[in-house]
Amino acid sequence: MLRTLVEILRHGLKNRSFVIGGTISLAFFLVAFLSYFWTPYPVEDINIADKLLKPSSQYLLGTDHFGRDILSMLIKGARNSVIVAFVAIGIGIGCGVPLGLTAAAKKGWMDELIMRFNDFTFAFPSLISAIMITAILGPGSVNSIIAIGIFNIPVFARVARGAALSIWKREFILAARSAGKGQFRISVEHILPNISSMLIVQATIQFALGILAEASLSYLGLGTQPPMPSWGKMLNEAQTFLHFAPQLAIYPGIAIALTVMGLNLFGDGLRDVLDPKLRRSR
Amino acid sequence: MTLLKVQDLCVSLKTAYGRQDVISNINFCLNAGEKLGIVGESGCGKSITALALMSLLPPDSKTRGRIILEGRDILNLNSKEICSIRGNRIGMIFQEPMTALNPVKQIGAQISESIDLHLKLNRKQTLERVTELMDKVGLPVDRFGLNLYPHQLSGGQRQRVMIAMAIACNPDILIADEPTTALDVTVQEQILNLIRDLADSSGMALIMISHDLGVIAQTAQNVMVMYTGNIVEMGSTVDVYQNMLHPYTFGLFSAIPHAGSSSHLERKRLTSIPGQVPQLHQRPIGCNFADRCMRASKICKTKEPMATRVSDHHQVWCYHPLKEKI
Amino acid sequence: MKQPLVKIEGVYKDYQLPKKYLFEKAPVFRALHGINLELQKGTSFGIVGESGCGKSTLARIVMALDEPTFGKVFFDGQDLFNMPKKELRHLRRNFQMVFQDPYGSLNPRKNILGIVAEPLDTLKEKLSFAQKKERVAKILVEVGLNATDTDKFPHEFSGGQRQRIAIARALITRPSLIVADESVSALDVSVQAQVLNLMMDLQEKYKLTYMFISHDLSVVEYVTDQVAVIYMGQIVEQATTRALFQKPLHPYTQTLLMAVPDVNPLNKKQKNKNKVPLFEKIHGSCPFIDRCIKATKTCVHNAPELLENHGRLVACFNTD
Repeated sequence: MLRTLVEILRHGLKNRSFVIGGTISLAFFLVAFLSYFWTPYPVEDINIADKLLKPSSQYLLGTDHFGRDILSMLIKGARNSVIVAFVAIGIGIGCGVPLGLTAAAKKGWMDELIMRFNDFTFAFPSLISAIMITAILGPGSVNSIIAIGIFNIPVFARVARGAALSIWKREFILAARSAGKGQFRISVEHILPNISSMLIVQATIQFALGILAEASLSYLGLGTQPPMPSWGKMLNEAQTFLHFAPQLAIYPGIAIALTVMGLNLFGDGLRDVLDPKLRRSR
Repeated sequence: MTLLKVQDLCVSLKTAYGRQDVISNINFCLNAGEKLGIVGESGCGKSITALALMSLLPPDSKTRGRIILEGRDILNLNSKEICSIRGNRIGMIFQEPMTALNPVKQIGAQISESIDLHLKLNRKQTLERVTELMDKVGLPVDRFGLNLYPHQLSGGQRQRVMIAMAIACNPDILIADEPTTALDVTVQEQILNLIRDLADSSGMALIMISHDLGVIAQTAQNVMVMYTGNIVEMGSTVDVYQNMLHPYTFGLFSAIPHAGSSSHLERKRLTSIPGQVPQLHQRPIGCNFADRCMRASKICKTKEPMATRVSDHHQVWCYHPLKEKI
Repeated sequence: MKQPLVKIEGVYKDYQLPKKYLFEKAPVFRALHGINLELQKGTSFGIVGESGCGKSTLARIVMALDEPTFGKVFFDGQDLFNMPKKELRHLRRNFQMVFQDPYGSLNPRKNILGIVAEPLDTLKEKLSFAQKKERVAKILVEVGLNATDTDKFPHEFSGGQRQRIAIARALITRPSLIVADESVSALDVSVQAQVLNLMMDLQEKYKLTYMFISHDLSVVEYVTDQVAVIYMGQIVEQATTRALFQKPLHPYTQTLLMAVPDVNPLNKKQKNKNKVPLFEKIHGSCPFIDRCIKATKTCVHNAPELLENHGRLVACFNTD
């Protein structure tokens, strides 16, 4: 395990998008982690006297209309984004991968059933459905996690099924079958390790999409609720002051764009790094 | 008349262990109408040699030496000049007819591709030429049609299409790289007969590459035995097959399960060559075969053997050939 | 008469092909067409034929990886397709398979210990990790590898060594039958010889029964005692290896043997150019008729049955 990690790093450091994307993503995670110990100011502190200040040495990125420090809100918002996207991916992998593996193993009507259900979920524009779900369950970060997570399920199910089907055709699966192993054990012991790299790449892409979705929901007021700051909500609040304090919208905007770009680059790089490795170890 | 002369050809590729020579010191001549066989196990460099002749090596490879086709060194040509040789003067047939054909193009269009490129013919003439080629390779147009797709053909038929493509411009040299490895024996026989007949009737030279000693015996006049990037023995097929000198050639022959040795009682163990073919980065100093050779001595492990000429048509690269009668 | 180790009785296998039209009944491809075979204990049985003739399908059915459409397969007297799944799973320890592709048949993500020990996982008695490791190390030595190779991964081995690993995996449960489906076809001649020698030695040592499937006639001739030639899902000739290779009776067997390129460059074959097949295939005719130069009018309307002929089984009217 450690050896593969070192191997991936060794090859990854030669890949430009892996390095750039990885650096941005790593910085993002570190910032999110940092928020547990330290933010320049507590984000709950409302200080109307210092409202809408321009960046200065006291408030590095200035303050918003309640006088809260923008930098602190961005740092804490990063944590929020990470948690939402992470748990949503957990839901997606936890439900989607078993579904995809089952579909590939059972074939026949089971496959039809799972994949048609997938198509059904895919047919709804995900954001609108997420709005619907949060509207029914009520706004809040837990519900937005569930909403985003549900839409990760068919994505992972489809990736897992496609990759698993091609692995099922390989001869070592026949060997495992003639050793007497059943479909479940083969799926877990043989298929899963061989499709893991594909799932990891997909996870980075879904991670970026999850951050975007969380920002959108929060922007609409359906996601994270105050006083917990969120990048989407910051954008929403900045709307009112767009004319005389555009920086309020610009900072979270940059944060979202940079993070999503970094994660996507990282995902692309990771795909390139993992791919030749697969080919070599064949 | 010498058509093609290869001198000191070396090809190196970039690998995980740095730049490595895949083939080295390849020297041979090919006369017009000659049929040359290259035989060896996987990884011996026979395919790389063929690709070098076609200038089709991967871009990060480096080629040294000379490949002289009718007085011109094709290693010094620019890409435009090489394209005018490739497909036009030298045709090539690949091993896997399914992947070497474009699955979404009709076979008529694929055959006419190199005709359009190299011969200045009008539409009608091109069509005539394609029809003629299809007849030649045993796919008469009235039965097969030009608008079939590769997946509608069997493996042997696809290989026939490949052959038609390769000989479309009447090349001087036809290179066949394991053309029958993916085919059944009965189909293999038909394809080999076809290639041989085409070479005989048009007078083009043939380079037949195979791991199968039988295929080479039936198609080639001269043969070149390769091992780990070097030629180890070269000569007329009859000489090499009946009077083999290099221990590796001998090992190859002994390893074939022979006819007439069946039945439990008299079944003998096959004579196999001990050990494995060394990996590219583990090739030894001196003779590459020394580690697996029964006859190896000290000198074999220190210095690469030079060519010893046994007769006009027979050379061997070995310090201790099987019959030392020089 | 001893009870055969494997008895194949009237096995048919149909595959459904994709439909051309939505409401059409899916067309059926008959891969095996009434195969009867008996494999005696301790012998090697060869199955020869061109690609697509159904020989690999037969291997999969004998291995109980596929179910026949009709017919039965008995292993040591037990009907493989008429027993509880769990029992079949336990019975599997007695028949194992060595596959063709030394690269595709080993899971690249598992180490050698995991690969070779896999068949042990389904045994009734559970082994400890140390016991497993010991057994794997022992078997690795037996197939000519090092006992210390257990922690390595498949990509660290060459093709021939991988095939040895595959053989080790097949042997670890001490089976009585090994089905070898083109097991040496992907190997170079010199390595192929090593692996064949190994398989012969192991047969002697463990009294193994081999079902040896190959398109390479010289390998089959070298290894087997009995051969069946399959053409389009049917056995056309079955005899002792020696008899079959000395004097093939069925025209298809003759065609196959003639087609093998001779290693002697002076032995150029004369081509039978003037002899071409005379008949087209119609429903009910001999399956080989459209490639047969000996076919007569009888062959057009009747398909020959596999009958006793000169001490062997041949399915042809014109064997003179």
